[in-house]
Amino acid sequence: MPSLRARLIAACPPAGARLVAPGASLELAALAAGDGAGAELAGRSVLVRTATQLGAAQALVELDGRARRLVLCPPDLAAEHLPYVVGEAGVEAVVTDAPQRLPADLGLPVHSLRAPAGGADVVEPPGEAATEWLLFTSGTTGKPKLVIHRLAGLTGAIAAPPPSGEGGAGARRPVWATFYDIRRYGGLQVLLRALVGGCALALSEAAEPLADRLARFAALGVTHVTGTPSHWRLLLMHPQAGMIAPAYVRLSGEIADQAVLDRLRATFPDARIVHAYASTEAGVGFEVDDGLEGFPEHFVGGDGPVALKVVDGSLRIRSARAATGYAGPTALTDDEGFFDTDDMVELKDRRWRFVGRRSGVINVGGLKVHPEEVEAVINRHPAVRVCRVRARRSPITGSLVSAEVALDDPAQAGSPELEAALRDSIFELCRASLPPHKAPAMLRFVSDLQMTPGGKLERTNG
Amino acid sequence: MQETAIEVRPGGADHIRRTVAASFERTAIAQERQLAPLTDDLVLVDSGLDSLCFAIIVAQLEDELGLDPFSDLDDDLFPVNFAEFVQLYETAAQGQAA
Repeated sequence: MPSLRARLIAACPPAGARLVAPGASLELAALAAGDGAGAELAGRSVLVRTATQLGAAQALVELDGRARRLVLCPPDLAAEHLPYVVGEAGVEAVVTDAPQRLPADLGLPVHSLRAPAGGADVVEPPGEAATEWLLFTSGTTGKPKLVIHRLAGLTGAIAAPPPSGEGGAGARRPVWATFYDIRRYGGLQVLLRALVGGCALALSEAAEPLADRLARFAALGVTHVTGTPSHWRLLLMHPQAGMIAPAYVRLSGEIADQAVLDRLRATFPDARIVHAYASTEAGVGFEVDDGLEGFPEHFVGGDGPVALKVVDGSLRIRSARAATGYAGPTALTDDEGFFDTDDMVELKDRRWRFVGRRSGVINVGGLKVHPEEVEAVINRHPAVRVCRVRARRSPITGSLVSAEVALDDPAQAGSPELEAALRDSIFELCRASLPPHKAPAMLRFVSDLQMTPGGKLERTNG
Repeated sequence: MQETAIEVRPGGADHIRRTVAASFERTAIAQERQLAPLTDDLVLVDSGLDSLCFAIIVAQLEDELGLDPFSDLDDDLFPVNFAEFVQLYETAAQGQAA
């Protein structure tokens, strides 16, 4: 398997193709040339702890094929977890673009990234080893959990680029943009697509106002844009959403409900809209592009490169793109190689639909409710931008379903008459679509709902 | 922002009773239940409301009155009729005021 650098070089990135962050960018050709630093880290287990996404991208290109292991820290990994991570992954050195931000007592050699020297001769290391990529799983509290991937699996869902010179003059390379951070699985997928395709990629930083980001994306002429459904709901509400005109819209990381798919279709009528099922552990499972929520019945039960089965209501995946294991003694898969995603699905009208996470179930008097299935109904209401459903403790039934709703037009909130009318109409929609125990018992209007750093709806019970 | 749009004048001798009655009526309508007339001797299990309705009423009353007498209630003290239900909240309110 060629290294990431070899694949980047093979993609012949055109002059000017860059990774673009707010206020900084990195030419793909310079990335391919590298800074020659990876050689001294050959065969070692290396922690990639960078202040910037561009730094992380550079480190990944330097290290894949050379390092024995690379451990990619997400931006919000607390410094207090570093000693545990170093021990768990057998880390022997650190690569960083901000050595001053590392804890002084890590006790490891630190390699500071230098600006890549564009135009230098590229010497591929002999006998490329399949570097292990250790990624952090999302949604964990307490000690972080690491899973092990290799480049072949990470890039397994990426279609091979057309051979150079083919496709005619009109076949332009995509210009990618993402709302994800490339130091997490979802964003890493986009980075790898850009690198192995030799394509430009516009990155997002949380601190950058959405209006500035949209203007930047528009100026770069982005064609392929990726994010979570929460990212997209936020973008769709922006008055300048129409500044970008992507040919390809991709959602993953959360359930893509019909409401968000329909709104995307209305805003970007000519785009190919794809929702993908992926997780850090399972890799990219499958993609759906028929504009409907859920996925076709026949996806389950086949025996292709990605096999799916449903056991006890949860989706299980066996895939060459999945992680090969956890860094630690816990088994990732069952005896047949299937990973339990803990994502609960239901078959209805020949379509599998995601109903929620196993751990998120609300128990109302012994009856189960998935917050996400209630949210999907509320999100269908035309006045609703986004909502969150949570358990409310009840001395009678154990729990009740409680909803917080952010409206499309914030001006509607605060008026008691309008709120009362909207509340009634949302309740009516829920009662028409859900059994009584699933319909929210309480509903509160809020100005906004928090997202996690990974771009998912914050579900920590408050 | 307020949870509900019900109009109840604060204070007054029967404030709690009126708040409870309004919650019963509102919940019955929302849950499409036929609510029996709210007399003192109305037995709660014959009121037309089910346990989900009572759970909603108790949550509403916690928001409106700031009282949650059911959380610490022994099973054998569970109110049987409407008057006892109201009494439970009146007692809790007195305990809070004391």
